[in-house]
Amino acid sequence: MQEILEVIFNINTFSAAIRISVPLVFAAIGGVFSERAGIINLGLEGMLLTGAFAGVLGSYLTGNPYIGILFAIMAGAFIGFIFALFTIKFEANHVVAGVGLNILMLGITTWLMQILWGSRGTSVNVTGLGEITIPILSSIPILGKLFGSHNILVYVMFIIVIFSWIILFKTPFGLRLRVVGENQEAADTLGIKLRKIQYTSLIFSGVLCGLGGAYLSLGQLNWFSMNMSAGRGYMALAANIFGGWNPLGAFGASYLFAYTDALQMRMQALNLNVPNEIIQMIPYILTILVLAGAMIRSRPPAGLGKHYKTNR
Amino acid sequence: MNIIEFKSIIKKFGDFIANDKIDLIIKKGEIHCLLGENGAGKTTLMNILFGLYKPEEGKIFLREKPCKINNPHKAIELGLGMIHQHFMLIDRLTTTENIIVGEEPLKNGLVDMKKAREQVKQISDNYHLAIKIDEKIENISVGEQQRVEILKVLFRKAEILIFDEPTAVLTPQEVNNLFTTLRELKAGGKTIIFITHKLEETMNISDRVTVLRKGKVISTVNTCDTSPKKLARMMVGREVLLNVNKEKGDLGDKVLEVKDLSLIGKHKNIILKNINISIRKGEIVGLAGVSGNGQLELEECLTGLRKVTSGKIILGGDEITHTPTRIRRKKGFSHIPSDCLKRGLVSTYDLTKNIILGNQDSFTKNGFLQQNDINEYCKEVIEKFDVRCQSLNESVNNLSGGNQQKLVIGRELSTNPKFILAAQPTRGVDVGAIEFIHNNILKMRKQKKAILLISAELEELLSLADRILVIYEGKIVSEKNNYTKEELGLLMAGKKASDEEILETGNRIRND
Amino acid sequence: MIKIFKKYENSIYSFTAILLAFLVGSILIHLSGFSVIKAYSALFDGAFGNVFNLTQTLMNTIPLIFTGLAVAIGFKSGLFNIGGEGQMYLGAFATAIATIYLSFLPVYILIPLVLIIGGLAGSAWGFVPGYLKAKTGAHEVVTTIMMNYIGILITSYLLLKYFKEEGPIPQTALIPESARLPELVEYSRLTWAIFIAVFVIIIIDIFFKRTELGYKIQTVGENRSAAEYAGINSNKMMVLSMMISGFVAGLAGSTIVMGVLHRFITNFSPGYGFTGIAVAVLGKNKPWGVLFAAILFGALQTGGITMQLFAKIPMDLIVIIQGLVILFVAAPILIKKLLRK
Repeated sequence: MQEILEVIFNINTFSAAIRISVPLVFAAIGGVFSERAGIINLGLEGMLLTGAFAGVLGSYLTGNPYIGILFAIMAGAFIGFIFALFTIKFEANHVVAGVGLNILMLGITTWLMQILWGSRGTSVNVTGLGEITIPILSSIPILGKLFGSHNILVYVMFIIVIFSWIILFKTPFGLRLRVVGENQEAADTLGIKLRKIQYTSLIFSGVLCGLGGAYLSLGQLNWFSMNMSAGRGYMALAANIFGGWNPLGAFGASYLFAYTDALQMRMQALNLNVPNEIIQMIPYILTILVLAGAMIRSRPPAGLGKHYKTNR
Repeated sequence: MNIIEFKSIIKKFGDFIANDKIDLIIKKGEIHCLLGENGAGKTTLMNILFGLYKPEEGKIFLREKPCKINNPHKAIELGLGMIHQHFMLIDRLTTTENIIVGEEPLKNGLVDMKKAREQVKQISDNYHLAIKIDEKIENISVGEQQRVEILKVLFRKAEILIFDEPTAVLTPQEVNNLFTTLRELKAGGKTIIFITHKLEETMNISDRVTVLRKGKVISTVNTCDTSPKKLARMMVGREVLLNVNKEKGDLGDKVLEVKDLSLIGKHKNIILKNINISIRKGEIVGLAGVSGNGQLELEECLTGLRKVTSGKIILGGDEITHTPTRIRRKKGFSHIPSDCLKRGLVSTYDLTKNIILGNQDSFTKNGFLQQNDINEYCKEVIEKFDVRCQSLNESVNNLSGGNQQKLVIGRELSTNPKFILAAQPTRGVDVGAIEFIHNNILKMRKQKKAILLISAELEELLSLADRILVIYEGKIVSEKNNYTKEELGLLMAGKKASDEEILETGNRIRND
Repeated sequence: MIKIFKKYENSIYSFTAILLAFLVGSILIHLSGFSVIKAYSALFDGAFGNVFNLTQTLMNTIPLIFTGLAVAIGFKSGLFNIGGEGQMYLGAFATAIATIYLSFLPVYILIPLVLIIGGLAGSAWGFVPGYLKAKTGAHEVVTTIMMNYIGILITSYLLLKYFKEEGPIPQTALIPESARLPELVEYSRLTWAIFIAVFVIIIIDIFFKRTELGYKIQTVGENRSAAEYAGINSNKMMVLSMMISGFVAGLAGSTIVMGVLHRFITNFSPGYGFTGIAVAVLGKNKPWGVLFAAILFGALQTGGITMQLFAKIPMDLIVIIQGLVILFVAAPILIKKLLRK
């Protein structure tokens, strides 16, 4: 019992959780922007995977992981655009299109991996992102351990969280975006360029997922492996819902999920009487409980999932 | 000058011609009414003007210059503003946010809410349209919401304002306020186009009237040169019977009793308070009120779609306060829902699947639906209720609104119910079908059914109901069997009846 | 001409979607430096080229019929059941264990009984997300996906703890002979399960077309407000449809254990649950549509192996085509526009 408590409150667990939360946070905020514009985004999983692959590809081709990040951003943007095209222009059912996108990207990334590197398990090793140590911050006792030394994407994540909140709630773009998500027809009659806003927010979603995916492959490891997003995209969507479609909330919820994940890994190492499979289940069970509890309180954008056709 | 001119506008939706070679001129500074039945093409035409629809053919001239209005953004730029029939407001945002979005005042790239509030307050004061600046839309009254809609348009400096059926949700007092505002706007140089199907309002507010019927312009006249009867004839194309003949009632036992029904909402707000209603066999009891005063919630409580907070509902002697909808229907409770198209029909189903909705177990044997019986029954009902369709198996989506309504009414009345809850039964229905529906409701009365008629149409209530209760802000404020129209209108608006009179009324109903 | 088009409108769209997916697939093959003709002919050959391949195609079709039906049934009440994978695992596991304990029973009771047990296990697994959706509104896509992970972990755990056979492979002992479904063609592993699958299709079709309960469930899916107005308990219907859906998915697992593997092994599924989604979408959620779609994807699965072996094209092309089919079928407007040209 003593050991369990030690692990739960260990600073290392909290610190590890920050690292684990990165892809979740990026994807969850991607979910926020997408759903605030009225589009259910189940394709976060596929977008993360795309980012992870593109990141490794970029690093492989140039030896430079930062080019990898660039590749991830572009790939993410492109996939976001395609998803917008299908759900908006071709009026596809959002959920079906999202699931289809995930399957498609799983196929494409595994296929390309086979063709380029001849393996279905993992790719070759590439140059990953190194850690950056922030001089003064890392010397401070607790904060230093938590924030002092990470790779660049972690710091980008924090900036994005705040930046996203400002965009969504303080800028004209954000206000118009929220109106679009609540009622597309109302937005149209107000003269708001709703298609432009929807495409932009989905492309931004894709970019964020691209960054999150790049972190998975370049930040934590040095390679891409098949289906490495492993359900994180779905958890991110749950985090978005739990966080009330708000970037700050999405961050908090993602961190909570990441924390349980960090916890479960450490607990496995403790050789407790509880079987590993059961411990591994904790994040998934938590996701379900959170959804069941959260849905009662929070309100999705009123126009979520709906299609609006202009007649001109 | 002619501020707007429509030349030969044609708009089609598939094979359906909504606007059929429309020529129309609007003069600067006038209040011009577009009058017609539902589906005549009025809203379609205005949607074209506002850039929401693209016409197949025709030209529009604005301020005597030809122009192409490709989207609402352009329309707004050109000085047009539209206040839609169904409000385009975002519930969880504030009044100010709803007004400024799209033309936000900025400071360093961010929205300057302080300036926004100032600007909104200013136009609110200028035009005497009082609103609460920082309140969320979901918390303000319908009348206030409409003021927000008007301010939205004025904030964007509209010179030409288009109102689409604005009085549907207003109390008579609020309608007067609106008309005062319109006259003020006109005095300030604005041009106003007013879409309506109500004859009295047209006579009241407009300078000129254009009557549309089946997509064509019938005539444009000066209001002072015409009358409601003449306008009605133009709208429908024949003489219209504005009142039905009702025999004296012969009442039987009580069928429905509502005792002290109260409903408290999520935010501890009072939705319904101490509602007492009693209806006998062969009686039509009307519930008058402007929508938004608790009728919908009462409808839901009576049908079992919503739980009451306290009180009792008794049907034919049995208490049904907590029984599920299914059992209420079994006991003889039939329901013509106020939101017919949403609740009363499944639009993707055909007629046979819709005809058994709510009653499907009567056509079931050993778990299987008896399709032959269903088809027979369907044929009977649609013949009896004059539902025009091409085949039993076509989707109800293809039926016109009036026929859809007739289908629902036919279905509900054919189940041989004890009690009929008819909520807004003629909403959105053409005048010809209205007559038919009213006659059927009277037939039910003759057959000794008990009927509760919830309606916002004074004419309908006065001509059909034996007794009328008025609901205002969730309470029954009056109950009589001989109102004048003015009395009824005032009561619906909340002018009463002192507190004593209400108490007396309540006591009287309870002791019946 | 237009009339014929209208009648078979849906099928034409589905067919065009498939063609488009193969077209895009061929572009990918070409860009990667392979021969399109070699690829697709190997694919076709592997699926239908000879009797044995045909049996393999049908064998792969069976679980897809079940998982595809499961997704389609969920859709009927308006719910997306993505949990077919987990429900299948539960069904497989329950069946494997049941055969061990019930092996004393005669064949004609044992086989139906363990099938039903497998179905019920899947049903229970479908009940949870259904209940949560009805009670709390928790989005069933996320909950069913989570249940997939949990289901795979739990069966794995139970297997390793209680039922593992001696040796390095995480599997149970072989199920008794009496519990194995008889083969149709020797050594093919194509069994009577195909008849069971078609039988279930017929039952489900009749259920939704002609029973009162089927009508009620569909009404909830088409228009929840109208269903409630009509006195239908929409919560009950949603939970029921998830349970029926889970039952059918459970059968996917049961028939695999009883017909193909003859035991339960961890991670036995190449994603049948997810492919089921593509099957349901392509089949437009109609039972017979699901049959044809399942045959198509079963063929792709079998043919894909041959394609990889002989034309050296990675099998993931099949997954790509699946994804494309889903996207194209979900976007009828795209197809409409293309057909107009």
